[in-house]
Amino acid sequence: MGRTGFPSNVIGFAIGVPLILAIGMLEALRPMGLSLPALTGGLLTLDTMIRVGLFTIILVGLNLLMGYAGQVSLGQAAFYGMGAFFSAILTVRARTLSIPPALAETWWWPWVVMGMGALLVGMAAYGIGRPILRLRGHYLAMATLGLGIVVYILLRENMGLPHLNLTGGFDGIQGIPRLRLGGFLLWPAWRYYFLVWLFAFGAIALGLRVVHSRVGRALRAIHGSEIAAESVGVEVPHYKAMIFGLSAAMAALAGSLYAHFQTTVIPATFGFGPSLELVVMSAVGGMTSIWGAPFGALTILLVQEALRTQLHRVLPNAQGEFEAIAFGLILVLIMMFLPDGLTVGGLRWLQSRPRLHIRFARRSFKPG
Amino acid sequence: MKAMLPISPDGTGGPSRQPLLEVIRVSKAFGGLMALVDVSLRIWPGQIKGLIGPNGAGKTTLFNLITGILHPTSGDIRFQGRSIIGLPPYRIAALGIARTFQNVQLFPGMTVLEHVLVGGHRHSRSGLLGAILRSPRTRHEEEETRARAWAVLKRVGLAEWADRPAESLPLGLQRILEIARALATDPQLMLLDEPGAGLNLMEKAHLAELIRSLNAEGMTVLLVEHDMSLVMGLADEIAVLDYGQLIAEGPPEVIRQDPRVITAYLGEEDEVWDAARG
Repeated sequence: MGRTGFPSNVIGFAIGVPLILAIGMLEALRPMGLSLPALTGGLLTLDTMIRVGLFTIILVGLNLLMGYAGQVSLGQAAFYGMGAFFSAILTVRARTLSIPPALAETWWWPWVVMGMGALLVGMAAYGIGRPILRLRGHYLAMATLGLGIVVYILLRENMGLPHLNLTGGFDGIQGIPRLRLGGFLLWPAWRYYFLVWLFAFGAIALGLRVVHSRVGRALRAIHGSEIAAESVGVEVPHYKAMIFGLSAAMAALAGSLYAHFQTTVIPATFGFGPSLELVVMSAVGGMTSIWGAPFGALTILLVQEALRTQLHRVLPNAQGEFEAIAFGLILVLIMMFLPDGLTVGGLRWLQSRPRLHIRFARRSFKPG
Repeated sequence: MKAMLPISPDGTGGPSRQPLLEVIRVSKAFGGLMALVDVSLRIWPGQIKGLIGPNGAGKTTLFNLITGILHPTSGDIRFQGRSIIGLPPYRIAALGIARTFQNVQLFPGMTVLEHVLVGGHRHSRSGLLGAILRSPRTRHEEEETRARAWAVLKRVGLAEWADRPAESLPLGLQRILEIARALATDPQLMLLDEPGAGLNLMEKAHLAELIRSLNAEGMTVLLVEHDMSLVMGLADEIAVLDYGQLIAEGPPEVIRQDPRVITAYLGEEDEVWDAARG
């Protein structure tokens, strides 16, 4: 089991974990006035790094679903939003829901809610997944798109129960409490950053384990040929729904973490645009790679940030539309030259250079 | 009552075992088109049964009905005496029916060994939680699955290709790999859909040898094949389909002479029949 893809994953953690720790320590201590924005010319902030961590959690799930099992989801932000609003509603609106304050005001209540949210959203996605994952290709894309829109509208329209005002409509929910561990507040941002990346690395480790298991093999077989997978006894409908459920649970967990980070949630964060952005991140990082998740998230957030702050230097009159156009162009270029995404394509490119014979990059489909 | 029991095809005349697979008056309509009409077939344990017929005769449709990919319009299919109509394909596979495909269905990006590991899927249990926690039980199970997969690879002669991507294999070996993947499910009945298509003579000889030796070990085979010499040489009994109807059934030497079969194949290339007679 440890044989396949093992070295590349060790290298991934050996580089990734210290790097993330170093960034966190830098921001926590700010030695000699140094900081992340100062060292990166304002391009990278702790806020961005926290978002990268949150998206990594979602993208590991999405890569398992799309890259490994071959099932498209254009509605993943809906699960992200369900997690975020679940946490927001059960902490901020505890009184409306007649949850006793003795419970809702304990430090561990938000953590319990977070776990419950991920579990419930995952189970709901499994239930929804059984019927809709019978669809394939464009039809599945349409169905998940529809699902995303339905959830978005439910959030925006107070789930059809305006008198309770649970989701807060357009304006969403404010005043979500910060997370605590006992008396220890997970704030300022650098503390929260460590928490988010703990989950992100956990998600990566989880993804790698799933990939290199009987379940992962079954998923890749389904991707390759559903009919052949079924003919050897793989319970295709169950596996598809299961990985859909897992990806939804991971998105919901990221949503809860987002809610306690931002302390405000609005439905617009979880609409169709964000769903599409997740797919783009997944593709840019490399869908068929678990390690593609952080790279995809980082690349897209950096490009957006760079365009937002730098584009007006090149084009003084540039407006928001120019950002969108430039963003689109960059995506087209990445997809043209690295169609497998940055991690898979990048490793292959390194490997193709004769002097740099990298052993761990050999298996292109599952570099981990 | 005794007289009602099926008579075994080995000519002993005694009351026989139960047929392994029984297709009972099965019909399948696609819209107005009758792909199969009232087809009945019996496959006995230990048999190699050939299924032949011109293109479009309904052979692959029958395969898809047996494996649950399609459902018959009427009739019944029994495996070990139990009706399997309406079961999803993975349940039927779990009962012990494995198959290969006319158009090779490999898993792109997966190695030869991984294909056979997927074939062993139904013999292990660990799910998502086992994978995530990597429990001792999961690890133990994985080792067993690997050991079995290696045994199958060695059995069919693919061990040296184990780490190669399956799609890089020549077609002959890809078809052998499909058999290996099916074999890894440890089936009682193996359905081979034109395993010889596109193979050269040497590959066909190798294939025939493999099928014969599997059969010698007790595997029951239903073989759809266009290559007459291959199927005539392997099968102990042949059924002939034409326009969705069973027009003849019997030992190869009888089928070869059957005027209805010869008529059905009129218009086919001459060498088909030259090979069959030769």
